[in-house]
Formats: sequence, structure tokens, C-alpha cells
Amino acid sequence: MHELSLMEGVLALIEVERRAQVFSRVRTVRLSVGALGHAEPEALRFCFDAVVSGTVADGATLEIDIVAGQGWCQGCERQVPLPERYAGCPICGSPSVRLTHGDELRLAELEVN
Amino acid sequence: MCAICGCVGAAESSHQHHHAYDHSHDTARLIRVERDLLSKNNEYASLNRGRLRDNAVFALNLMSSPGAGKTTLLVRTVSDLMARWPIAVIEGDQQTSVDADRIRATGAPAVQINTGKGCHLDAHMVGHAIGDLLPEPRSLLFIENVGNLVCPAAFDLGEAHKVVVLSVTEGDDKPLKYPDMFAAADLMLLNKADLLPYIDFDLTACCAAALRVNPRLQVLILSARTGDGLEAWYAWIEGHAGQLPPPAVRLP
Repeated sequence: MHELSLMEGVLALIEVERRAQVFSRVRTVRLSVGALGHAEPEALRFCFDAVVSGTVADGATLEIDIVAGQGWCQGCERQVPLPERYAGCPICGSPSVRLTHGDELRLAELEVN
Repeated sequence: MCAICGCVGAAESSHQHHHAYDHSHDTARLIRVERDLLSKNNEYASLNRGRLRDNAVFALNLMSSPGAGKTTLLVRTVSDLMARWPIAVIEGDQQTSVDADRIRATGAPAVQINTGKGCHLDAHMVGHAIGDLLPEPRSLLFIENVGNLVCPAAFDLGEAHKVVVLSVTEGDDKPLKYPDMFAAADLMLLNKADLLPYIDFDLTACCAAALRVNPRLQVLILSARTGDGLEAWYAWIEGHAGQLPPPAVRLP
């Protein structure tokens, strides 16, 4: 359940932003989470309320944008969609695919007031 | 704190307003952040890595499922190598100091981190443990992570290499079922190899699966119980630790 630690990471980043930019309340927390990454969106949601309870983000809405998997295939010499992380190129079958999207785990933006 | 009247935020008080005028608390704005959720951990990991490098301490982060034999392997490794290197160990478990006690019985210093409900070590905890242990310059530091084949993979601790220990009794399909761990590791140790004649474990399939997930993964087959294969593990450690630069400064 490392999603709990990841959510604590969100809170730490919110505190950093709060020192730099004045706001009293976080209304929305928007994350970018890769479809092929190591965090489970449902587990992130599960932890969110518990982690932000009693903080500046108490009551905030969590929005998670899923970033689809994509990679650069050396065989095709172009970007290809990647439904699985370790399965190779779905078009030409080459194992030489470098993951370019789908591993994200970012705090994208905050809606505050 | 509100920039207009200086009142504290809703999270810090019940925030009752009695103003005769409205200063639009409800005007929301967007702040672009675009930072990795692990950035705080990664900052601590960088600090640990710099501190270890400056002191020529070679750190390995050992990860596996519970019961794969990490502690038995470490007890044997520490006993066999401590005449050649100063060695210190950081033990991670949710509860008890059983593992640190087993290491200390070899004569090597060990610090136990109890993560409570935490399922992995993070770089902040490990930084404090390094401060407690103060590993000697030109030494080996083994970090035994919490037994868990999932979560520890995501957390950089500042180690030189991640090592995954997979015992053959766990099954040859684990690299495909838990790919993140095998993708993060530089070395896979296949432990309990003395049991291979008694179980259905396809060594070739397991290695192929691990290499599919991580083509640069190195694999060693050993038994911490019988000692078979340990010399290759020790040679791997010495080959990599020997590349350390001389210590720059002493640990504060």
C-alpha cells in the first residue's frame, strides 16, 4: 500500500506550494498517473481523504488523469501505443521499445482559493 | 492564510466570517505544479547517495517477498566478508528487532528500522539510519528492505544498486507478476537453489521472464543455506564495490 506514502508526497508538495503562493484552501488536486506506472488510481483515491483530513486540502476533490502508455519503437521508428509495459511493440513485435508515456506520477495542478 | 484579511484557512480554524463586506474567498485559481509525487523521497535519496559516495560506502538495497531468505543470506554474507570489508546493515521490518539481532550476532553493527504499518523503507528513514550507523569509509552497507515484492521498488534509498532476491519456492512466474521490482533491480539472486530437485521451478522460464522485464538484469543462482553459488555473489559485490573512488570526507 505505497499509495499512502505517495499521497503523503502530494501533501508535502501542497505545503511547498503554500509557502510560495498564498492560499487558504485547496479545492481540487489534479494528478497525472500513468496507466503503466506502479500506482493504482483506486488505492490513491482510497488514501486521499485520510491523508488530507485536517489539512489545507481537507474536503478537496481528487481528480486523476490517466496517461495512456506510449513508447518509441526502434523497429517501427515511431511512437506506438503500449497497452502493456513489458510486452514489446504491439505493431511489429520488436522488444526494443522505450517507454515515453504511461509511467507518470505527478501532481499536475491545484485549484485553490 | 488569506492574503486579504489575514484570517487563517478553513483547515486551521472553523473560519467564521463576520465581515461586513465580501472579499471573494470563493474565487478559485489554478496553480500548475507538475512535480513528481516521489520528488521529496528522491531529494533525500540524492542526499544519501552523495553522503555514501563521499565516504566510499558501497550500499546495496536488498528486496524480496517475506521469507525469500534475505536475512539468512545477509548473515552468511556478512560472516564471510567481514574479514575483507567493514560492513554495516540497516534492517527494515514492520515490527521487531529480530533481524537486526541476527546480524549483530555476527559482530557487525546493525540498525533496525520499524516501519509500523509502512510497507517499504523510504530515503528519509534510511538517511537517519545512516546517521546512527556512521558506516566506515570504504565499507559495505547492506539495506534489507521490508519483505514485499511490490512497494519497495518505487522508493530510491540512495543505494548503489538494487538487488532482488527471489527464492525458487515462490515460483518461476514472479518476474511477470511483479514486474516493477525486477525492472528496478540490477541483480537478481535466485535463492534456495538447493531445493530445485524437489519442486517444479522452470529456471529457464524464470530467467527469460526476468530478462523480458529487464534486459540488463544480471542473475546469480545460489543457496544461502548450503553456500553454493555464494562465491559468485561475493565476486559481484567486490567487482562493483572495488570501483568506488577513495573517500572524500568523513561522515559528520
